[in-house]
Amino acid sequence: MDYFYGEYDVAVVGAGHAGCEAALACARLGLNTIMFTMSTDSIAMMPCNPHIGGSSKGHIVREIDALGGEMGKNIDRTYLQIKMLNKSKGPAVQSLRAQADKQEYSRNMRNVVENQENLTIKQEEVTDIITDENNKITGVKILTGGIFNVKAVVLCTGVYLHARCIVGETNIYTGPNGTPSANHLTESLIEHGVKMLRFKTGTPARIDKRTIDFSKLEEQGGDEKVVPFSFTDKAEDIEKPQVPCFLTYTNEETHKIIRDNISRSPLYSGTIKGIGPRYCPSIEDKVMRFPEKNRHQIFVEPESLYTNETYLSGMSSSMPEDVQLKMYRTLPGFEHAQIVKHAYAIEYDCINPDQLKASLEFKNIENLFSGGQFNGSSGYEEAAGQGLVAGINAAMKLKNKEPLIIDRSEGYIGVLIDDLVTKETLEPYRMMTSRAEYRLILRQDNADLRLTKKGYEVGLISKERYDALLVKETEIAKEEERLYNTQVTTNAKVQEFLTAHGSTPLKTAVSMAELIKRPELDYEMLKELDVNRPELADDVKVEVEINIKYDGYIKRQLRQVEQFKKLEKKKIPADINYDDVMSLRIEARDKLKKFSPANLGQASRIQGVSPADVSVLLVYIESKYRRQQ
Amino acid sequence: MYNTDTICAISTAVSSAGINIIRISGDLAVEAADKILVKKSGKHFLSEVDSHTINHGFIVDKNEGIIDEVMVSVMRSPKSYTTEDVVEINCHGGISVTKSILEEIINTGLVRLAEPGEFSKRAFLNGRIDLSSAEAIMNLISAKSKLAARNSIKQMEGGLKEKIDEIKDILLNDDARIEAYLDDPENLDLDGFDVQLNDDIRNMKEKLINLIDSYQDGKIIDEGINTVILGRPNAGKSSIMNILSKSERSIVTDIAGTTRDTIEETIRLGDIVLNIIDTAGIHETEDVIEKIGIKKAESKAKEADFCIVVIDSSVGIGEDDKKIFNLIKDKKSVVLLNKSDLNGNAHETLLEEIRKDTNSKVIFTSAKKGEGFDELKKYIEEEFLSGRLKNNDDIYITNERQLSNLKEALNYISNIEKSIEMGMSEDFYTIDIMGAYHSLSEITGEDISEDLINRIFEKFCMGK
Repeated sequence: MDYFYGEYDVAVVGAGHAGCEAALACARLGLNTIMFTMSTDSIAMMPCNPHIGGSSKGHIVREIDALGGEMGKNIDRTYLQIKMLNKSKGPAVQSLRAQADKQEYSRNMRNVVENQENLTIKQEEVTDIITDENNKITGVKILTGGIFNVKAVVLCTGVYLHARCIVGETNIYTGPNGTPSANHLTESLIEHGVKMLRFKTGTPARIDKRTIDFSKLEEQGGDEKVVPFSFTDKAEDIEKPQVPCFLTYTNEETHKIIRDNISRSPLYSGTIKGIGPRYCPSIEDKVMRFPEKNRHQIFVEPESLYTNETYLSGMSSSMPEDVQLKMYRTLPGFEHAQIVKHAYAIEYDCINPDQLKASLEFKNIENLFSGGQFNGSSGYEEAAGQGLVAGINAAMKLKNKEPLIIDRSEGYIGVLIDDLVTKETLEPYRMMTSRAEYRLILRQDNADLRLTKKGYEVGLISKERYDALLVKETEIAKEEERLYNTQVTTNAKVQEFLTAHGSTPLKTAVSMAELIKRPELDYEMLKELDVNRPELADDVKVEVEINIKYDGYIKRQLRQVEQFKKLEKKKIPADINYDDVMSLRIEARDKLKKFSPANLGQASRIQGVSPADVSVLLVYIESKYRRQQ
Repeated sequence: MYNTDTICAISTAVSSAGINIIRISGDLAVEAADKILVKKSGKHFLSEVDSHTINHGFIVDKNEGIIDEVMVSVMRSPKSYTTEDVVEINCHGGISVTKSILEEIINTGLVRLAEPGEFSKRAFLNGRIDLSSAEAIMNLISAKSKLAARNSIKQMEGGLKEKIDEIKDILLNDDARIEAYLDDPENLDLDGFDVQLNDDIRNMKEKLINLIDSYQDGKIIDEGINTVILGRPNAGKSSIMNILSKSERSIVTDIAGTTRDTIEETIRLGDIVLNIIDTAGIHETEDVIEKIGIKKAESKAKEADFCIVVIDSSVGIGEDDKKIFNLIKDKKSVVLLNKSDLNGNAHETLLEEIRKDTNSKVIFTSAKKGEGFDELKKYIEEEFLSGRLKNNDDIYITNERQLSNLKEALNYISNIEKSIEMGMSEDFYTIDIMGAYHSLSEITGEDISEDLINRIFEKFCMGK
């Protein structure tokens, strides 16, 4: 029987990486918040890979931190190993990746959310969203019939809706890692007009560490010099002995076992209908799609210091367990491996994100927000980034403030959300560095300079932290100016220095900045010639050097950004009727109706909308607006 | 992608007469014009002048060689036609001069060629012109896109798309290789990529340069060769004309041309069309030189792609002929020794005399017997249809927009080379690789938003 249970400002459904960020953001912004989870033991659980960050995902974590989110701090406290990827490449593509102690990660985040003021945690399945006659959120209902009156809901249900785990011929109707699945909410959403999709993802087996012969594997350590994810953490405070990962490879024998048993793979037999990500193919997919590759790299990663379970990155599978055992045992070092948890594929309900605004609010259901895998994405970081934005925007909505929209030139989170809401999502969306067109500007080192002001305006960043940012900005600008104004003359010391560093001697005097631009020289080296150099923090020096060294490229990108912004600012009225716009092509008209973009920039990125259509739309909006004046 | 960058176009009907105006509009209008405009002293000055002034100066090319003497007005935002910064260059009439100035502006890399009606569109969007124009502009835009669609189908048949796609494919493979590596550096590597990329760059540059070079050829096939026939009265110009036009006379239709205005006759010689420029009066008086004067002939000759000089071999070389030789000394040209049936032995002497004054090809013709015209036709083909074009399966670039996109792509590829030279890491190449890819995709008019991601997944086995 239904009964009134309680009253909150915001209900967050799900306590994974998206849910935790959303709930923390709402509670920290002063809203009375309740977070529902199927199991409090699975708060911030990492059911798949044991790492946070990586190429472009590391950027997202830095951005989350710059906006006042929790993920960066949490991994800084719970990592086992940290590495900066692409260190030999340009600053834009360097990205942090940490191996997490999964259990510590989850425990630490649980501790943070449990002790957060304004935040209540409840282990219960949410079965219904409740709306008024205008399709505006008024509450949620839980499985036991209790009704919570709330003003806004943030859905972060991850892979739990109608979850089905598949291993070979066996179906197991649970969420990941044996947790219960949520089997009611989908129907309530469909009743409210939400369009659902069914996606699939997978995870490899966990092997008992004691049964692996590590002498046959290559060891892989972390960086000696640790860079924290959070801008508020100092390297020296989080340094600790790091735990190694290991490397092994599949071989022809592995591939033969897979090929011989491919008919038993639910992916190939047709049992799995959900669409899987191209980025995380199962090992059977890799072997079938790339027959010319005679080996695939497999990373052997610790799950936690509290367990012997070991993760085999690169070898997810939905093969029957007997095949799994055979194929894992072909790996060098795994001849006697024991599977603790078998690999499986998981299918789940999610939404088509074209139903969302860039604020992550549903277009057709007021005050309903969503984030994470529920929105068709994949990955902890992508989830957390959306959860944070969805949570912030639920709060902004209830406070009658403008939503936080990060555009494509401001952050990877912006690229992520924009892609989700303007492009056809045909598979679980994973962030990739190639998705960001302005990536020279969207670096991990400058995430604070890009986003902390926004975090401050929203209310998640303290005054002290914001003031410190302003000081940093000034120091960077001052030092750059000084370097452009410091002349280096052609004296013997200079010429000797240049020759010694394999750099051409000077013909005439140049600025210190010009020398920094030379590929063979850098800021630190030139200290010798730079007598008036002030003492500056490392993060300031990094920005100064990047800004000067890559000045030409950065300027070109900034020019592109300027163009991009102009179109982004042209709003499309919410009440526009695309049938009234003559001269639009039919395909464009259909797509525009489907996505109802908020501005012309978004419209231009919808597949099937041509530049001429955008022009037509631009002229139409302008003339209509002027007629109304 | 629609954008609001800086645009330029010839805003007067291009004709040989009077003065032409090139308009530039956008944030970078003044900067771009300043790059190609100098005072007599050679100093660039335009960025310093006041708004709403008209300024005297010289348009110069890359090597600071003077192209034209011009008056340039600067109208800064918002008081201008488009309400953006506008620069208008008043240059001397003449198709080739105007076009080369336009080309210089585009070569600054700051400005692109405007689409039809784009100035008016901007003027409207910025509130400068009134509502009634909106409909007209919309029609113009949609007509334009239909035209573009039709054109692109035509070009697909012509195989241009294939050529462009070959280059795009190389670009995408290179970019996917880099991006896949950057995304998954622990699984993939860039071993041997530098060698591959060097080869690819050489290959792409060659392909692009071939296409760019084909512009001239393509234009000629498409638009014809602007030809002027020069000669003293009674030298036989009209009989030459008659023979040429009798052979295969046809009027070229349906090509919107700016250069058609002054064309009197269109003559087809096999694959080639000769547009005889301004031969008005030839039939009546045969007296171009006397009638319009040497000055006028000079300007005609300057504009022409090709000059045919007709000499009456029975009369020999006179002062007027020498003046004509002087006119054509930098032009593609041919000298026809007409009435060669009249005079047998004196030919050699005459030829020697001509050789003193001109390096032009000399062909003996007889209008009466119809001799020498095959040789003329062959000569024109050789001169204008380079072997390249013939070997290129008839793929050629005909419009300036395509040319400008190709040049843009070539420029991006040079940037990659610069990045390599500077020792930049591979992620910097991607900026220009995709830049070139975008430029080329504008030619074929395709939606490319997911190309790269798809290629990465197609070629590389990624992920955990």
